[in-house]
Amino acid sequence: MSIFVNASTRLVVQGITGRDGSFHSKQMIAYGTNVVAGVTPGKGGQTFEGKVPVFDTVADAVRQTGANTSVIYVPPMLAAGAIAEAADAGISLIVCITEGVPVIDMTKVMPLVREKGARLIGPNCPGLITPGVAKVGIIPGQICLPGRVGLVSRSGTLTYEVVNQLTRNGIGQSTCVGIGGDPIIGTNFIDVLAAFQADPDTDAIVMMGEIGGTDEQKAAQYVAQHVTKPVVGFIAGQTAPPGRRMGHAGAIVSGSSGTAAEKIAAFKAAGYGIMERPADVVGLIKQRLKK
Amino acid sequence: MNLHEYQARELLKAAGVPMFDGGVASTPAEAEAIAARLGGTVVVKAQVHAGGRGKAGGVKLAKTPAETREHASRILGMTIKGLVVQKVLVVPAAEIASESYVGLIMDRESQRPLFMVSPAGGIDIEEVAAKTPEKIHRLAVDPRYGLLGHQALGLALKLYQNFDQVKVAAKIMDQLYRVFVANGASLAEINPLATTPEGKVIALDAKISIDDNELDRRPDLAALRDETAEAPSEVEARRANLTFIKLEGNVGCVVNGAGLAMATMDLVKYYGGEPANFLDIGGSSNPEKVVNALKIITADPAVKVILFNIFGGITRTDDVANGIVTATRQFKVEVPIVIRLTGTNEQEAVKILQGVGMKALNDMDEAVKQAVALAKEAK
Repeated sequence: MSIFVNASTRLVVQGITGRDGSFHSKQMIAYGTNVVAGVTPGKGGQTFEGKVPVFDTVADAVRQTGANTSVIYVPPMLAAGAIAEAADAGISLIVCITEGVPVIDMTKVMPLVREKGARLIGPNCPGLITPGVAKVGIIPGQICLPGRVGLVSRSGTLTYEVVNQLTRNGIGQSTCVGIGGDPIIGTNFIDVLAAFQADPDTDAIVMMGEIGGTDEQKAAQYVAQHVTKPVVGFIAGQTAPPGRRMGHAGAIVSGSSGTAAEKIAAFKAAGYGIMERPADVVGLIKQRLKK
Repeated sequence: MNLHEYQARELLKAAGVPMFDGGVASTPAEAEAIAARLGGTVVVKAQVHAGGRGKAGGVKLAKTPAETREHASRILGMTIKGLVVQKVLVVPAAEIASESYVGLIMDRESQRPLFMVSPAGGIDIEEVAAKTPEKIHRLAVDPRYGLLGHQALGLALKLYQNFDQVKVAAKIMDQLYRVFVANGASLAEINPLATTPEGKVIALDAKISIDDNELDRRPDLAALRDETAEAPSEVEARRANLTFIKLEGNVGCVVNGAGLAMATMDLVKYYGGEPANFLDIGGSSNPEKVVNALKIITADPAVKVILFNIFGGITRTDDVANGIVTATRQFKVEVPIVIRLTGTNEQEAVKILQGVGMKALNDMDEAVKQAVALAKEAK
């Protein structure tokens, strides 16, 4: 009843003893996520919160706990190295929360991730959650509700806004995935759309895009050809001035390309329900699920 | 972060890319001295982060040092697309036999540095791409191996027939790639890569943008930032670790998260208002950040209302509420504040605000509508 994370997720937290890592590890454990290990070089042998063993390396954690998923909360200059370590240790799903990773580092680590057959989500993302089952990352658990709508987004708090609208109106989610706002990310819209299309427990999909690049346009083409489930979409940044990076490293209109108008037109052409504002998600999903 | 042409030239020159000697001047006298040293006809070029410098009168030919001085005094201080020219580059004017384009960008799709070269140079490459896409040749470089010799040669062969020129151009490809990778660039471009009537291959103009994420580990590159080329409020915001972009409207926005910040601006517009700014206070916001955000926004006289839109996840809404209260104690906020907050520690936040007679809304649309209405009343 979900994609990417489920009851068999065995999570290792890279950077578990850091400020962000420890805060969110507690939240993930409280939500019921199966956190089997932590990694902080030099702190191997300690335990986190009295129950989670900490290792010096991801390879040790995998060997001793059977971890299959990792979440990364390390500083930006160390993040690509942490991704490489996880891929090298045989982790199949790597979720990098860290914001500010130099893009040149990502170009070097992506070939390794692919070679190892791992899936990377992020960097610069809120992670993902399968409500009621497991959360990997920082999406607040209390705003989610188990259900049958899949959500994929490039942003963090905007995702929460939309999830919250759905939950308050009794519409639950199968899985919510934040893919990240950077120019080079491990998992794009198409990867997630394909997974939702294949998931028997997802009935409809919400896709939250933003200005910059062409991922949304390509995703729309993919939807037109391969996705039979209803899709509703939103694009943030209609009022963004061209040439300026709007917070997210990838959210920039370059010349005449990557504009909100161009992306919304692609959505329309692919038969999406168009959200003019975040609150429209409720009506559109209800209407499309009735059909 | 965009580098100025003269800064980009220095990086390329240090890597060995053939370029004319030149100099950068902040005063007409300095420009004159550079022209005297170079001899012959020179070009005086405004150093601003804006396209269309030539059309705006920011690029002039000068036959003598005296004429250089005249042009420099006119160009220095000139405003091009809202930016005041602080420096001019003085370089020898070249006679040109041909102009090509060589660029490297960080390509989102291939997730690699991507070369784009074209024998049609000297003009806007987007225009070439739109009108004659067959004249642009592309090559994505695998960063594990770097630009291989045969790849550099292949690119150079798209530009020149004369093999002496091909060899020089191949070397330039390699040098440009090294500069790109070593400095974490998102764009590095030579336009035009020219040939002189004698057949010499030489880079006449250079443009480099650095990935902002690179700057934290590269103080040498961060030091190249020209703060005079930015709005003062944006400089101040960066120092306070806030992401801020000034816009033309009158609804000041304080939001946590870039996506929600954009969506908030869009919603202001949707309800008939105009956002005054993009401002992301980021995650784990401490009250201090909120105080700084309010200082920056209230410094803009155009702002008629301030709209907070906070969705507490990592950000604790009570931290934001405390920040608002602290700020209003530190300085008088003359315009109304509309606050929407929900999520982590919402009840505490509401209590904190009520304690000073402020109200918090729970719904984003409701808050935006109120803010837009207040901005209209204030006119």
